[in-house]
Amino acid sequence: MADRLHELVARSLMIDGATVTDDLRYNSIPEWDSVAHMSLIAELEDAYSVMLETDDIIAMSTVGKIREILRKYDVEA
Amino acid sequence: MWRPDLLAGRVALVTGASRGIGRAVAEALLQAGADVFVHARRREAADAACAALAGPGTVRALGFDLDDPAAIRAGFAAVQKEAKRLDILVNNAGILREALVEMASQADMDAMWGTNLRGLMIACQYGARLMARAGGGAILNMGSIMGRVGNPGQSVYAATKAGVIGFSLSLAKELGPKGIRVNVVAPGVIETDLIAATPEPVRAALLGRVPLGRFGTPQDVANLIVFLASDLAAYMTGQVIGVDGGLVV
Repeated sequence: MADRLHELVARSLMIDGATVTDDLRYNSIPEWDSVAHMSLIAELEDAYSVMLETDDIIAMSTVGKIREILRKYDVEA
Repeated sequence: MWRPDLLAGRVALVTGASRGIGRAVAEALLQAGADVFVHARRREAADAACAALAGPGTVRALGFDLDDPAAIRAGFAAVQKEAKRLDILVNNAGILREALVEMASQADMDAMWGTNLRGLMIACQYGARLMARAGGGAILNMGSIMGRVGNPGQSVYAATKAGVIGFSLSLAKELGPKGIRVNVVAPGVIETDLIAATPEPVRAALLGRVPLGRFGTPQDVANLIVFLASDLAAYMTGQVIGVDGGLVV
C-alpha cells in the first residue's frame, strides 16, 4: 500500500515517489531546499489540519522525523 | 480604485485591538468590509471590544499573550481553523515602560522585547505562513517615531521599535516573492488614554512640536492602515510611513 506521507512529500517536492523513503533528508537533494521545505510544511498543515510550531518545522530534517513530529499533533502519517 | 467595500472578503487579525489605536484599526477594517479577529491579551477584553464593534464584516475575539510563543501559535491555529486563511495582519500590540537607562529593569527589558519584538516576529512567522498559501497578503507592523530618532526615558522601547523596522524591511524582501507586502506604520503622538493622562504642561510642550497643530487620533492611524492593507497600496512594500503631523522630536 502506498504511504500517504511519501506521496505527499513526492508531490510537494515534485520528485519521483519511488525515491522517497523515511531516510530522505532535507537539503540532501536540490529539490528539497528551504523554499521547498516551507511549501512542504504548508501541504502538511493543510493535509493534516495542524499548525506546526516553528521549532518543529526546523526539526523536520528527514521524512521519518516528519512522521515522528506529526505524532505530537495526534497525526498518524 | 477606492470603493467602500475595499476589503470585502479579506480576513484580518489586529493585535492589541481592545482599545486605543488597535481598536480604531479593527473598526476601520471592519467597516471596509473585512472579517476581523480582534486580539487582546485577555479574552474578556477582546470579547468586550467585539461586542461594541459593528460593520459589514464579521468580528471574532482572540485572547493570547504575545509574550508566550505557544499561546501565539494556538491563536493562529484558531484563525486557521475558523477562517481557513489570513490576508491582513496588523501587529499593533506593544508595551511602553519608561525609565532612565540606568534604571531600566531587566524585567521591563524582557517584557518589552517579549511583546514588542519577539511576539511580533512570531506572529509574522505564523501570519506569513497562512498568507503564503492564499497567494499573498499584507502585514502592517506598528513602529514608532522613537525607533528612528530616540527619546529620553524610552531607550528600551525605542530599541524594540527600531528592531521592528529592521525586521520588517527584511521581511519585505524575503516575503515579496510570495506576494506578501510588509510595511511599518510609525505613529507620532496619538490621543489615547496615555496622552490623556499626561500633565498639561507636558502636553503643551509636545503640541508645540507638531506642525499640524494637533495630536493625532486613532482614526488617523487606522485610515493609513486601511489604505496599506488594501490593493490601493499593491505596489508598496518595505516602507516606514509616519503618521505624526510632522512631529519634530
